[in-house]
Amino acid sequence: MPSFRFTVDGRRVSVNAEPEMPLLYALRNDLGLDNPHFGCGLAQCGACTVHLDGEPVRSCVLPVSAASGRTVTTLKGLGTPDKPHPLQAAYVEEQVPQCGYCINGWVMTAAAYLKKNPKASDAQLRDALAGLKCRCGTHVAILRAIKRAQARLA
Amino acid sequence: MTTLTRREFLKTSGALVVSFAAPPLTGALAQVAGGKPALVPTELDSWIAVLPDGRVQAFFGKMDMGQGLEVVIAQIVADELDVACDKVDVLMGDTGTSCNQGGASGSTGVSNGGRLLRSAAAEARRLLLESGSKRLGVPAEQLRVEEGIILSQDGRKVAYSELVGGKYFHHPVEWNKQVGNAMDIKVRAKPKTPQEYRVVGKSFARRDVAWKVYGTDRFVTDVRVKGMLHARVIRPPRAACKVRGVDEASIRSIRGARVVREKDFVAVVAPREWDAVRAAQMLKVDWHALDGAFPAMDSLHEHIRSAKVVKREEPVKKGDLAAAFSAPGVRIVEAQYEWPFQSHASMGPGCAVADAKADRCTVWTGSQKPHFVRDGVAKLLGMAPEKVRAIWVAGPGSYGRNDAGDAALDAAFLSKAAGKPVRVQGMRADGTAWDPKGPACVHRARAAIDASGKVIGYEFVAKGFSRQHIATNESDPADSLVGQATGIPAKGTQIFGVPAESYGFENKLLAWETIAPLVENCSPLRTAHMRDPVGPEIHFGAEQFIDELAAAVGEDPVAFRLRYLTDPRHQAVVKAAAEKAGWQARNSSERTMKGRGIAFAERNGTAVAAVAEVEVERSTGRIWARRVVVAHDCGLVINPQGLRYTIEGNVVQGISRAVYEQVRFDRDAVSSVDWASYPILEMQDAPAAIEVVLINRPEVAPSGAGEPTMRVIPAAVANAFFDATGVRLRKAPLNAERVKAALSRA
Repeated sequence: MPSFRFTVDGRRVSVNAEPEMPLLYALRNDLGLDNPHFGCGLAQCGACTVHLDGEPVRSCVLPVSAASGRTVTTLKGLGTPDKPHPLQAAYVEEQVPQCGYCINGWVMTAAAYLKKNPKASDAQLRDALAGLKCRCGTHVAILRAIKRAQARLA
Repeated sequence: MTTLTRREFLKTSGALVVSFAAPPLTGALAQVAGGKPALVPTELDSWIAVLPDGRVQAFFGKMDMGQGLEVVIAQIVADELDVACDKVDVLMGDTGTSCNQGGASGSTGVSNGGRLLRSAAAEARRLLLESGSKRLGVPAEQLRVEEGIILSQDGRKVAYSELVGGKYFHHPVEWNKQVGNAMDIKVRAKPKTPQEYRVVGKSFARRDVAWKVYGTDRFVTDVRVKGMLHARVIRPPRAACKVRGVDEASIRSIRGARVVREKDFVAVVAPREWDAVRAAQMLKVDWHALDGAFPAMDSLHEHIRSAKVVKREEPVKKGDLAAAFSAPGVRIVEAQYEWPFQSHASMGPGCAVADAKADRCTVWTGSQKPHFVRDGVAKLLGMAPEKVRAIWVAGPGSYGRNDAGDAALDAAFLSKAAGKPVRVQGMRADGTAWDPKGPACVHRARAAIDASGKVIGYEFVAKGFSRQHIATNESDPADSLVGQATGIPAKGTQIFGVPAESYGFENKLLAWETIAPLVENCSPLRTAHMRDPVGPEIHFGAEQFIDELAAAVGEDPVAFRLRYLTDPRHQAVVKAAAEKAGWQARNSSERTMKGRGIAFAERNGTAVAAVAEVEVERSTGRIWARRVVVAHDCGLVINPQGLRYTIEGNVVQGISRAVYEQVRFDRDAVSSVDWASYPILEMQDAPAAIEVVLINRPEVAPSGAGEPTMRVIPAAVANAFFDATGVRLRKAPLNAERVKAALSRA
């Protein structure tokens, strides 16, 4: 099996895998990075989202070969309890997650979007977050948290 | 005080070690010396422990599915024991450390689960005071407790930890001999009165939020056991399939992949997960399929209407209905309402890890009922239940008996067959097409109105597939796909339900009827409990019909409900919701494509009313529930913030089920296999505002909140749609296609 080298959360890594194996399996099983979750394997829910060179991608359909030589960021690379990303701090303050399985996708997608459009309106945020799923119905809390983070970023 | 992270705490307590080797069964009380009594409901030590450092452990046989139950239990125990809330750790869902209180079930986490833990904590405090009294030589009545320290009036003190930390209570409690939700104990201590609560009633933060936001702890999908194999189960391409043969050579090119087959159960296992996924895609299985197991989807409700009734019950029957309907001069109003099959469609497909040895088995499961998983695995593997340990680890969403229950038994079966630990997770279709479904149904409603406009006769008959084609838990392999595929026939229970309300119509019949399942065994349309079982289904009809009656007599929907509801708590939530929403009676003949609707229901002691404000787009058929107001009375409120967020989740999931969700199928198979073919609500359609009015009744024992709001949302939205458009939508979901069609006919 060929070997693919890339950077994850500031660490240089190498994974031996079939080129078409989705990045998600490399992150979870080869590198032990569990925060991207398997939700659908079809890029329909976002639970597997990571940043590839700063852009949100669905790692459940992105071949590991496509990450070669590039920089991957996972939820843990975004922020930690000691150095939280403003979105993470806001999510904790607003007590957003219920089952919590989808949260990775919402935080990673919103973090990338707010970089481009920190002052996004409610309507823009709703559009930007289209395609993400939350089965527990925490959408209203998610919007509250993002607006709280926006206030902090402003 | 040192605050431990959840993982550090679990490490310390030994309840769940990071490597996920099975923790020792005595681990939870490892710091406590002395012989541990058996884990039985009759021992106080099965419920509560005081550790040498003064921390308290509560052993809880129910689970927090993300609605904040964990901290609520800590609050209840802290109040009874007079310790700080953050000194109480709640250990949930490990059959090695807790008794079977039924898991997450029926919104009984606080009402039943909390009641028991309250009794246990009160009894522990009584014993500690007794012991402190001896130590200090002061009568117990003259002692008080502050933060786990017993104090006398003259300033002497002794800490709980000095009295019992390091020892077991070895104290019997009286068990009511019930297992599951009804489990309860009787103790000598008298629990505190609501006036004495200091911790209950306050919004303590949940304990599972930070690790979920920072990704610092694990879901069940992240459990890894040394040497484990990855598995994928191959569900049949159609309902009612038998396996003729499996071509094992078809996956020969994948290193280490192999087939496990027993009768009609087929799976692949491989050391690498991606190999298991590929092998499942590549494996050639020769299926013997039965054609046309299902009716055409368009005729589903016609099938239900005409199907033979298997069981009928009439839980509410009073007066003389026949006389009322044939009274001279009465006007008859009739309507029927239809609800589709719905899928739990949890965020991630079911997952479990099992390590089956010859004489014992450990299962890590996301099922909300791990004690029943233990029982089911024991039966499946032919072991005594005490040889099986089921450990709950937070799963990818759970709203009832979803596919997590099947995954647990699949994993155990495969681990035994493969002789190694096995992790199984479904693919998306396993979570959408193959999870147990909420039942499709048709409701017939009829009312007789006399010349004065009074409703003198009322009849509501719910008819549908049973809500329990398979049981509400996985304690019997007959209720699992692996059990049925390996030859254990489904048992099935016939049960449905009727509206829960207090409308005082003089002559009244509330009845239900069930029909036979479409396919007996291994059916992707088998039914089981899904959040508020039959609640949204029934009240979608019942609460629309109440609106139709109000319209028939020309009365405002709020005023009509208040006229007939007899229970003051029911009236109170209707009034509170209407008031908060700024409800004004008006002539509804003006149709502006904006409207508001109300719905009310009761659920096991909890009363809830919702007002939905909707906007309808004629060109697209989109319904947007812009604002939803909920008034909620579940007795004593323990954690207002947690309760609000639980209600919010119900509102959004309720809108999703009312407007978007239906399981699609053709004559042979379920065709809802992913999020494209089973759409749910997305962010663009989330309400702009959800406003919650909590009616706190400290004098009333708390009832549930995990589900009641779900049942009023669909009718509130449908009633608002009528208010906006003048058109009744009596078939759920109220999706764009249906809205456009209805408006073009209007």
